[in-house]
Amino acid sequence: MSYLADVAALARKDLRLELRARDTLPAMLLFVLSTLVVFHFALPTGADEVAAQGLLWVALVFTALLGLARAWAPEREGGALEGLVLAPSDRSAIWLGKSAAVFVFLTLIELVALPAFALFFSPLPAEGILGVLLANIGICAVGTLLAAMAAASRTRELILPLLFLPLAIPLVVGGVGASVSTDPGRYLLFLGLYDAVFAILCWASFEYVVSE
Amino acid sequence: MISARGVEKRYGRRRALRPLDLELGRGGFLVVTGANGSGKTTLLRLVAGLAAPTGGELDVAADRGGLGYLGHEPLLYRDLTALENLDLYGRLYRVPERRERIGMLLERYGLWEVRAERMSSYSRGMTQRLALCRALLHEPELLVLDEPFTALDGEGAELLDRQLAELAGTATVLLTTHDPARVESLATLRLALA
Amino acid sequence: MSTSSPNSRVPLVSVPALAALSAAFVGLAIVLALLVAPEDADQGISQRIFYFHVPIALTAYACFGWGAWKALRLLWTRSERYDLESYVAIHQGTIFGALTLATGSIWAKASWGHWWVWDSNQLVLFLVLFLFYSAYFMLRFSIEEGPRRANVSAVYALFGVALIPVSFFAIRLAEDFIHPTTFNRDGPQMTGTMFFAFCVCWLAITLLAYTLYRVELVGKRLDANLRELREILTG
Repeated sequence: MSYLADVAALARKDLRLELRARDTLPAMLLFVLSTLVVFHFALPTGADEVAAQGLLWVALVFTALLGLARAWAPEREGGALEGLVLAPSDRSAIWLGKSAAVFVFLTLIELVALPAFALFFSPLPAEGILGVLLANIGICAVGTLLAAMAAASRTRELILPLLFLPLAIPLVVGGVGASVSTDPGRYLLFLGLYDAVFAILCWASFEYVVSE
Repeated sequence: MISARGVEKRYGRRRALRPLDLELGRGGFLVVTGANGSGKTTLLRLVAGLAAPTGGELDVAADRGGLGYLGHEPLLYRDLTALENLDLYGRLYRVPERRERIGMLLERYGLWEVRAERMSSYSRGMTQRLALCRALLHEPELLVLDEPFTALDGEGAELLDRQLAELAGTATVLLTTHDPARVESLATLRLALA
Repeated sequence: MSTSSPNSRVPLVSVPALAALSAAFVGLAIVLALLVAPEDADQGISQRIFYFHVPIALTAYACFGWGAWKALRLLWTRSERYDLESYVAIHQGTIFGALTLATGSIWAKASWGHWWVWDSNQLVLFLVLFLFYSAYFMLRFSIEEGPRRANVSAVYALFGVALIPVSFFAIRLAEDFIHPTTFNRDGPQMTGTMFFAFCVCWLAITLLAYTLYRVELVGKRLDANLRELREILTG
């Protein structure tokens, strides 16, 4: 599959760039850990553990935003996005490659953030962890496309959270529901549905965002 | 190869290119001149498919895989090496015998010694040479070059002269320049934008 | 000048006639809702805002849907005309969305004594949509006019129609773990007259929205034509 080969080449390039420059991952990691510490002070005694579970999602969404704001920075510097758009490969591969790379970054951060959360507050149930993984797909799919939109605008990093947060609300509902509800199955199903709907929409519409 | 009838481009109120007619056959060599802001870059971006005309009709008989474009920016990653940059594009363009082709180009443009260094450490002239390698990598049938001599030193410019002379007649070339005398002998068609 | 005029299609009804028609219907709707429809047994006078709140909300959905349809047409045909139509529809949708929030808030105050209730799914959904579409304007006005802006706006508008049902389900799902609802939110049992009044109100608001849409379109196109004319005259 040459399409998947393109996606792999593009995603590998992002991983290589991050390994080399190391600016996004450490920033995301420090941010999520600092946020968890802030939560300790934001939750007065008497606030239950469920409240912390909810706040975890605030931390995850904002950490993802931090990474997404930088997602297209390497393409912007030397005009490389135009180079990719000119290439004969399907343009949705550019989106998919970038989403895959962002997904890897976010998951790596969560590999540290979730144990830290368990240490500071309480461990996440297995369904909650599955919810985090499913939400990651939606966050990366939608976030990468919106970040490309934001990159085309004058305000860039400023506008991305405004575009992203209303679309992230259903993900937060699904994720929080999966960790605190007695019936997590329907929340996981909902997250899967969200991922499917928006991944298809992003896949089909990315070409229009990067071309005229 | 390129056929334009009344092609124009505007961004809202701002007019970037006045209506233009153009006919360039396969193997032609078009030299575009004009003052700053006359629409040279816009014309090239339209031909490359990076922008869509707001009026008129434009036919370009080359698909994306057969088009080589050199713009004002290198269209490369600053934090990748020359080799990594060209390897990525070589994969996307499905260049046969990628390694050999990349090695040949880097050798020819005097970048072989610095192939493993990041592009951010290059001088402007070296960056321009690498950008040229990127545009030529997949042996395009249509070459669109925006000010290709910019930032090149004497040696680099001579390399490009030789390259263009080789390409003339086989590939179709469209280039903009402020120094039309340099490519005078190759040009089959001249266009002065105002 | 070979640019095709954007108003090449002749509309079925002229704008003044539409304006007169919608004014008549809005008048009729006010009379029916305030004077003719019988008072609700449980909620009394405050229930009458229902005749405006619900139709305004439905009209806002219709505007967002219309804007997304025009956005789809733009991406499909790449005809510049649809960009303006999509934008104007979403602009109207956002205005009617804000009105939904305002009327809903008044209704909440009258029925439950609070200006804002998280238990009303409709209100919460409109708050999400209002934020989403406000960002649409921020996005649109921070990109240079041209095909790229048209494309980006259109894609975002399409995300909007996907977001409406997804958010709707999300808010329903969230009821499970966000304080269980204590209000009875079954719609009022409507009598025949009430239902008739409701339908007239719905028709009136829809007509009003369509008139505003057409007026704004005419204005925007006039602006564009004037600009073009000025350019021709000045050289």
